[in-house]
Amino acid sequence: MPQPRVLVLRAPGTNCDQETAFAFAQAGGRPEVVHVNRLLENPRLPLDFQILCVPGGFSYGDDIAAGRILANQLHHHLAQTLEEFKAAERLILGICNGFQVLLKSGLLLAGELGQAPATLTWNDSGRYEDRWTLLRVAAPGCVFLQGIDRLELPVAHAEGKFVTRDTQLLAELEARNQLVLRYEGREIEGQVLYPANPNGSQANVAGVCDQTGRVLGLMPHPERHLFATHHPQWTRRNQAEDHGDGARLFQNAVKFFE
Amino acid sequence: MTLWEVDIYPAEGLPDQAGRQAESEAADLGLTTAVSVRAARGYLIQGDLDRTQVERLARELLADSLVERTVVARRGDAVLDQPPDGDAVAAQVHVLLKPGVTDPVAQSAEQAIRDFDLEVQAVRTLRKYWIAGLEPDQLTTFCTRVLANESVERVVHGPLDVDRLEFGSAYDFQLVTVPIRELDDAALEQLSRTGQLYLSLVEMQTLQAHFRDLGRDPTDIELETLAQTWSEHCSHKTLAGRIAYQDERGSRQFENMLKETIFAATDQIRRQLGDQDWCVSVFEDNAGVIRFDEQYNVVFKVETHNHPSALEPYGGANTGIGGVIRDPMGTGMGAKPICNTDVFCFAPPDTPLDQLPPGVLHPRRVMKGVVAGVRDYGNRMGIPTVNGAIYFDPRYLGNPLVYCGTVGLLPCELSHKQPRAGDWIVALGGRTGRDGIHGATFSSAELTSQSESISGGAVQIGNAITEKMMLDVLLAARDRGLYHAVTDCGAGGFSSAVGEMGEHIGAEVWLERAPLKYQGLTYTEIWISEAQERMVLSVPPDKWDAFQALSEAEGVEATIIGRFVPTGRLQLKYRDTRVGDLSMEFLHGGRPPVVREARYHPQPEEPLVRRSDGAAWSAAECDPGQTLLQILGSLNVASKEWVIRQYDHEVQAGSVIKPLVGEANDGPSDAAVVRPRLDSHRGLVVACGMNPRFGDCDPYAMAASAIDEAVRNCVAVGADPTRIAILDNFCWGYTDRPETLGSLVRAALACHDVALAYGTPFISGKDSLNNEFSYQQDGRKQTISIPPSLLISALGQVGDVRRCVTMDLKAAGNRIYQIGMTHAEWGGSHFAKVHQLRGGRVPGVDTAVARGTFAALHQAIQAGCVRACHDLSEGGLAVALAEMAFAGGWGAEIRLDALPHALADAPPAERQAALLFAESNSRFLCEVPAECQEAFEQTLQGVPCRHIGQVTESPLVKILPAGGGQEPVVAVELAALKQAWQAPLHW
Repeated sequence: MPQPRVLVLRAPGTNCDQETAFAFAQAGGRPEVVHVNRLLENPRLPLDFQILCVPGGFSYGDDIAAGRILANQLHHHLAQTLEEFKAAERLILGICNGFQVLLKSGLLLAGELGQAPATLTWNDSGRYEDRWTLLRVAAPGCVFLQGIDRLELPVAHAEGKFVTRDTQLLAELEARNQLVLRYEGREIEGQVLYPANPNGSQANVAGVCDQTGRVLGLMPHPERHLFATHHPQWTRRNQAEDHGDGARLFQNAVKFFE
Repeated sequence: MTLWEVDIYPAEGLPDQAGRQAESEAADLGLTTAVSVRAARGYLIQGDLDRTQVERLARELLADSLVERTVVARRGDAVLDQPPDGDAVAAQVHVLLKPGVTDPVAQSAEQAIRDFDLEVQAVRTLRKYWIAGLEPDQLTTFCTRVLANESVERVVHGPLDVDRLEFGSAYDFQLVTVPIRELDDAALEQLSRTGQLYLSLVEMQTLQAHFRDLGRDPTDIELETLAQTWSEHCSHKTLAGRIAYQDERGSRQFENMLKETIFAATDQIRRQLGDQDWCVSVFEDNAGVIRFDEQYNVVFKVETHNHPSALEPYGGANTGIGGVIRDPMGTGMGAKPICNTDVFCFAPPDTPLDQLPPGVLHPRRVMKGVVAGVRDYGNRMGIPTVNGAIYFDPRYLGNPLVYCGTVGLLPCELSHKQPRAGDWIVALGGRTGRDGIHGATFSSAELTSQSESISGGAVQIGNAITEKMMLDVLLAARDRGLYHAVTDCGAGGFSSAVGEMGEHIGAEVWLERAPLKYQGLTYTEIWISEAQERMVLSVPPDKWDAFQALSEAEGVEATIIGRFVPTGRLQLKYRDTRVGDLSMEFLHGGRPPVVREARYHPQPEEPLVRRSDGAAWSAAECDPGQTLLQILGSLNVASKEWVIRQYDHEVQAGSVIKPLVGEANDGPSDAAVVRPRLDSHRGLVVACGMNPRFGDCDPYAMAASAIDEAVRNCVAVGADPTRIAILDNFCWGYTDRPETLGSLVRAALACHDVALAYGTPFISGKDSLNNEFSYQQDGRKQTISIPPSLLISALGQVGDVRRCVTMDLKAAGNRIYQIGMTHAEWGGSHFAKVHQLRGGRVPGVDTAVARGTFAALHQAIQAGCVRACHDLSEGGLAVALAEMAFAGGWGAEIRLDALPHALADAPPAERQAALLFAESNSRFLCEVPAECQEAFEQTLQGVPCRHIGQVTESPLVKILPAGGGQEPVVAVELAALKQAWQAPLHW
């Protein structure tokens, strides 16, 4: 298979599209940044691509709630295409705002608008925060996380607290190996303490995948740890390599199509 | 049409974050701890909608059913006025934005509702509170001090009084002429004041004479255009004017003070560099432009937004950062913003509420609002905020300072622009509203306790997404060559943008074509509105179709509002009626020169004495360990992590050195390093220097020190000292007073001397004058003037970011060196501050030694000899050493024996205090591995540099006295040092 084509979706207020496209290109993909208006004009457009990525930013300003408006647009106008896209063994990645969009549109965990089984809501701190987190891959089966055990990535968000409708659902997601990425650090009774769990997420969830393992949403930013010099403590380390933990996710995505 | 209301509360059993925040805010301000608040946010939705439809919107769009519950009802339904807990004693309060204030959430909601194929006419947001535990008068204070800001918001006690959303009213065109030809001087002055023109009598007389010659009176729009263009804010007439300056060395006549000091230094540096000159465009465009690499230049601009931030901190800072981002966007053919820097000055956040003069917001509220405003705009724009500083002084009470800066990346071949006759004048971005009218003239005036009611229109809230969308279109259009020139709509709105762009051509503008937010604006309001998120472009007719199509594809409005025509005149029309006709020559060249007197009397150097009684100070009374903890915990030095973490400092993925560094990512970095191109290792360094406390002693020393600090911060992380560009931002008091202007000229002279000596050219700058606040107390006018506040921002470069170093200690056993000489310099120091002393010599700069030091240190860093480097600033050696230690998680032990100093004459106790705490310039601490010792010392030969100690395993900062004694002068645990440093602003 030639290099997979990557649709990096952009909407008003998206702002991590360039570096996300760069990350895919560096991993060997062929990224193209496409405005959501092009998809609304031509809802079949995504089917020309193998990977769909909804990058970080503030789509539509995160007005009303983070990712809400873009999620509704995808649901209203592109639901069918995207279901086909998923069914055709392709990959979908949502980073930060993209995770919020995937979750709220029902693309990641099935559910009608307004009845999603889980959501991402305001951080316990009540404010936007940018900080680095240590993450553990907690379940097998997610294409993007193959071969990764732990990784360090920054989060930068105000609404990243993962909450499910009830604890039974949380247990089901866990049993189905969907709660793939967890914040790690000092914990009390299983709950990782702030700031290691930067937002108070249930079960320390940082990233969730669908039942196929081909759709992943995560709050941390893998495109912000592509190089060793991205790491906040790179000057404290002696290292020869020049790549960061985040690059692996993009490599895994591209490798899936080899 | 029905008006629906949707109220959104936290779901049963979940915490009410907004309510709690309001409660703790009240407690922090010392208002009350007894209050209990329940909060809701709400939407007013007007349209042909039935209950089922609105309930669907509530469920699928407006609220998140997992964490929120909603109340949906027609306006007027009693269910909207039932308290959430059934708590009958709770008072109900609504807060709404005033009509015309930008409401981005409402705009987005309106669009999103249409995406459901529903008919909606208008949407407004509101906040609803249920408040218990307050007396009626306390409630009023609570509403104005905590819940709302009445310069942009309206408070409604009890049920809401809205049954319809209105949208402006039709405008009946009427040409307004202002008869000025017959006015006497008193009447001219009155017209200037009541019309908010803020022109001087001489300027008004010049206008009058001009129109007498023309044989007609001006129209209102002509008068406004002249007032905007001639305003201090737009023309910098004071500093670029004639100044008769006098100091102890004699007198000097400036024809153009800035040109003869700051610009002159840059000119001379460029001449000296000759072929190697790396300045591209300085003091010309909206930002200074310098060379970065073969393909790109970088641009840098720092602006202030002080007056609006005093009245509405959130909106003021929001539009301040929004405005400065448009400067690089409007430089050359448009630069891509790549990072922001923000520096603030506030009164101490623990100022008692009852000490606030009338009309002043509490500094804690100002600080929170300003930080939130910068955060929300910068983060949404996707521009990392990588550098900043905060200074506290009681004199910023009525006049907080908000400096916002943006760096941009610009392809070399697109660094210049040229509008052409025949091009369309195109407005791009947001619509024009009544917001921000008179911002330019307002910011040139002194603030009073009445400012809020007089100038409310000058205060605005921005919409970052509108600007982001405009940026996306701009860069795409730039790369496709669809326009000839671009500039931003800042102060003065279209008036300034079109007036400047067409200065050398001529322009005709059709005002009725400008897209409006709502009906009812007069032609003059359209022309001078400072509504945010707009730019003006010069688009050739053959590119217009492509330009318009591109804008439309991104959902951005682009409108032809006029044409550049080779008339040399600015001609304004409204629906075919000529409403204004000015010659460009008079507009830009007709202003009479401002002539000012400036005097500076150097203060005689006084010994360091106790502030209270002037008694001699004794070093023996000041325990060094305690002093260290006190300085670490003083507001200027203390950790700003609470602020920094709220900024996205990593978006665009160029981050190399972050604002917080070290073992726990919480140590104070000297400067930020970013990589603007992900395909290259070349980096940019952003830093700043400022010390208003030195300005109280000597503005010359203050300016010199600020430049030194900005430069040494850059050098400390690895910047090449021969490639650092700097910016000046003068914030001063009332410069009509010769003494105030004199202190500014004194600072400008230092800028000239030090920039030249360091080879660091100024490439751009800005001033904000008249930063004074006046109010009535006991029938007398009281005035608070800010201290002279010169911010120096520095933009450095590194060839390979992998050579950069951070300030945190790296490994036990490494050697610690001090570089640079310590002098008995106490003036304006933090040592003096915490011990309540005054006097003392203010730190000076030995430029020759400093330049050599920077060069040698840079060489050592390049050679890889340095594992950590930190500059010595507030609190001197002791504070720098403590910061390096707790940031790195390693102890440090030094001895005060072998330090480079010029303190031979001082008594031993004072010498020891000076070695530890004096704030002499051009000094650094370096951590050097043993194996690099020789190379390091070799490189630093000829520079004051001594090995003073080493990094240790034990978590302790230990400072041993001179002379071999084993009793430490300072021995404090890292945890205690860090705690002292983090506690004050850990909000």
